[in-house]
Amino acid sequence: MNITAIIINGIAVAALILAFIKDKDKAVQSLKMAGKSFIKMLPMVFIIIIAIGLLLGFVPPEQISRFVGEQSGAGGVLLIGVAGALMHIPALLSFPLAASILESGASVTAVAAFITTLTMIGMITLPLEIKILGKKMALLRNGISFVIAILIAFIMGVIL
Amino acid sequence: MKPGEKQAKQKKKMMRDWLFLGITIVIVVVLLSVFPEKTEPVTSTAQEYFIEMMVILPAVMIIMGLFAVYISDKTVVKHLGKTSGIKGIALAILIGALPTGPLYVAFPMAATLLKKGARVSNIIVFLSAWACIKIPQEMVEFRFLGAEFMFLRLILTVVFVIIMGIIIEKIIKWSKRGNKMDVKRGVN
Repeated sequence: MNITAIIINGIAVAALILAFIKDKDKAVQSLKMAGKSFIKMLPMVFIIIIAIGLLLGFVPPEQISRFVGEQSGAGGVLLIGVAGALMHIPALLSFPLAASILESGASVTAVAAFITTLTMIGMITLPLEIKILGKKMALLRNGISFVIAILIAFIMGVIL
Repeated sequence: MKPGEKQAKQKKKMMRDWLFLGITIVIVVVLLSVFPEKTEPVTSTAQEYFIEMMVILPAVMIIMGLFAVYISDKTVVKHLGKTSGIKGIALAILIGALPTGPLYVAFPMAATLLKKGARVSNIIVFLSAWACIKIPQEMVEFRFLGAEFMFLRLILTVVFVIIMGIIIEKIIKWSKRGNKMDVKRGVN
């Protein structure tokens, strides 16, 4: 167990105890919700873990860094940004995936672009967003999000 | 969407995820039987990441469950609908960052807020914060990518999201004005 995990678990346990003291029904309801979301996420967790295993086991770091490493340039960043925008994996699971490609030679810029487009842009949920918020707002939000995600990525690459 | 319909849809999505997992496992088994020398690195990496995720994910889920129950849509709409200016933007980020559900849950709230006359810039900031500045995400990012990476990306995201909100508000206002002029001229 590392420090971050201990802190997160500590917060969860403390909040749960507080909730049980205040209102038992609500606390039970929250736990049920947490259990349901966890089970819902589980197959995706396994898929991501296997994907990371395969990626690090089979793809040599030179290959990864050739496509999305320091020397791959703007093309690699745009490529991984588009991949992030199209993919539909829970944001929570994108971080271990990002850590694994960073470990095997991807640049900070590429990893930042991937996470940022993945979380901000939802191609799968875009039709729903258009239906509820209107075409103009939904398209503007997703489009400009892509541009700022790439900007954020390049600034991070320069600083880190 | 009716509740029954929603449930059926969610069930279908779950089935699809498990099916994908099945396919993934078949691929791994085939690959590893063709390249048995890769078994050790693949399983040890997978195991390492599995443990990393399992020590934090349940706790993150509990925190999200608690917030989802304690902070209702009504509370969000009530607080975001009436504040504006810098305070409104700060509130939009804070409420968006609370550990609650996926982005599509926020769309109906955003629509209600717009109808109630909330500023477009605040709604965009709210949606973006909801999508990518969530507290549990930051915790997991901190764990896997380190403090420097997480804090820098957080600060940059906040800054750019606010800029985006202002730009989109300007564009929407400008295009609405254009439409009105069209109507006056009888083009529409």
